[in-house]
Amino acid sequence: MQFHFEDRRLSAPRGATVASALLGAGITAFRETPVSGAARGPFCLMGACYDCLVSINGVTVQACMTPIEEGLQVCRVRPRLTENEDKA
Amino acid sequence: MTVAFDIAILGAGPAGMAAAARATQLGASVVVLDEQASPGGQIYRNVDQASAAQHRILGPDYSHGHSLTQALRKSGAVHCAGATVWDVSRDGLVTYSKGGQPAQIRAKHLILATGATERPMPLPGWTLPGAMTAGAAQILLKSGALVARDPVLIGSGPLLYLLAAQMITAGRKPRAMIETQSRSDMWAARHDLPGALRGWRYLAKGAGLLTKIMAAGIPRYTAAREIALEGADTLTSVRFTSHGKPHEIATKTALLHHGVVPNTQISRALRLEHAYDQSQRCFVPQVDGLCLSSEPNISIAGDGAGIGGAKVAALSGEIAAFGAASRLGLITPQTQQAGVAPLQRKRQHELHARPFLDRAYPPATQSLSPADTTLICRCEEVTAGDIRRFAKLGCKGPNQAKAFGRAGMGPCQGRFCGLTVTELLAQETGQSQDDTGALRIRAPLKPVTLGELAAYDANSQET
Ligand SMILES: Cc1cc2nc3c(=O)[nH]c(=O)nc-3n(C[C@H](O)[C@H](O)[C@H](O)COP(=O)(O)OP(=O)(O)OC[C@H]3O[C@@H](n4cnc5c(N)ncnc54)[C@H](O)[C@@H]3O)c2cc1C
Repeated sequence: MQFHFEDRRLSAPRGATVASALLGAGITAFRETPVSGAARGPFCLMGACYDCLVSINGVTVQACMTPIEEGLQVCRVRPRLTENEDKA
Repeated sequence: MTVAFDIAILGAGPAGMAAAARATQLGASVVVLDEQASPGGQIYRNVDQASAAQHRILGPDYSHGHSLTQALRKSGAVHCAGATVWDVSRDGLVTYSKGGQPAQIRAKHLILATGATERPMPLPGWTLPGAMTAGAAQILLKSGALVARDPVLIGSGPLLYLLAAQMITAGRKPRAMIETQSRSDMWAARHDLPGALRGWRYLAKGAGLLTKIMAAGIPRYTAAREIALEGADTLTSVRFTSHGKPHEIATKTALLHHGVVPNTQISRALRLEHAYDQSQRCFVPQVDGLCLSSEPNISIAGDGAGIGGAKVAALSGEIAAFGAASRLGLITPQTQQAGVAPLQRKRQHELHARPFLDRAYPPATQSLSPADTTLICRCEEVTAGDIRRFAKLGCKGPNQAKAFGRAGMGPCQGRFCGLTVTELLAQETGQSQDDTGALRIRAPLKPVTLGELAAYDANSQET
């Protein structure tokens, strides 16, 4: 299955979650935190830690609980960046 | 309109599946809700879909899960998969979201079987991308994805050895085991050894795993202290001492584990009675011999009622089914007694090795009492030093600490900091963990969208 992370084109096996697909492509940093802007990625993969958040169609979801779909566009969550853009 | 059942079981792990099979057999109408797409829980995740290669990697204890998923399918219980439960009321109204849509069911009796979560393991750098729990690596193996090459395993306990052995079979040999337990822990556990020998199968399995790890030539660093995960934006190395000697290992993946603890989100939200268990170092909901909680129409089975492992979880699921059926008047006290006694004996037997394991592989001291600069609340980025400072300012419990500094207010709702906050405050104030208390949990148990909440409100007004 083909999907996009930001502007990178990636492929993943059927049955993968967004989190396992990105990890499989060697990507561990999925987002930046709202508090300090530190990079974060999956930690528990069981839907408990909320560290693997990504943005899909403008909705923030847990990457480990979201099945990958053909053509999916996945984006990083960058709350601080968005905040600054808003101010600009 | 909400659909009504005799029993709603929350969680389709070994406890929930066994409870469902037994309860339907005793004449109850049963629904099982679980957020996973297929039954199995943590240990048997994806067991029906896994390939032959995955079964070979994960071993016979994993494949055993088939018998339970089959029993669930044959039972006639309704299995509501992909359903995330986010509100439960004491009178048996269960609210969940499935595919982004909220829905409700009602039941006369509830069996909570939501299992365990990894014990939080705060270490310097544990929030760096590349640092994950050992359970996360197992989830990858169970869903057919591979963990990055050359991971370092950090912590203690049987599940860490199990993961190492599975990774060896998968051709992803860990680079090193950084183990926090020391010889003095084994020495302290010696009194529990005779009892543990009666549960010899667990010890034999453990010995087999260790043999495999040694034969694969994986370096084991025991008595590990001063562990620090390092890297700028992602993990690049792990630094630690072992028996006082400093080491550094380059790695992009570190897998952390020092035991699992009951997932008490729902039992807490329902304000059921809990007590701190000194031997397992966690809060445990209070249940009786029939798995009934402090509320007569709510039972708790499996690791969610105290860590016992998969076999104990399945046995307690069956016991809970007898207890619930009896309360619902579906079976006579004689049937209940006759059914439960042999299950309780088997459960007792399975628990023989537990005290030994708890003492020989205790949680890492460095994470129970982290250094001031270590982040303990991953969501709100609160440090151990912050919590100690709050204690000095008069903060006595975790709910007050929330007001002081937001620990536990992020989306994970304290799942990965709650226990640490309690431990730190107890250490600082000298109060017991029970007196210090735990974070208050409120619905929604998982963040839901405004759309889901709006639809939920509309529903609630109807009923
Ligand atoms: C990540 C992880 C991996 C593990 N792997 C192993 C292993 O390989 N071998 C081993 O011996 N032990 C393992 N364990 C220990 C394990 O807890 C027990 O052995 C066993 O799975 C406990 O069974 P259970 O039925 O009590 O709970 P679980 O098997 O944990 O089942 C609980 C179920 O409840 C569901 N659930 C929880 N909250 C909600 C909610 N709000 N809404 C809907 N559904 C919910 C979960 O999706 C899960 O399927 C693991 C533990 C963890 C945390």
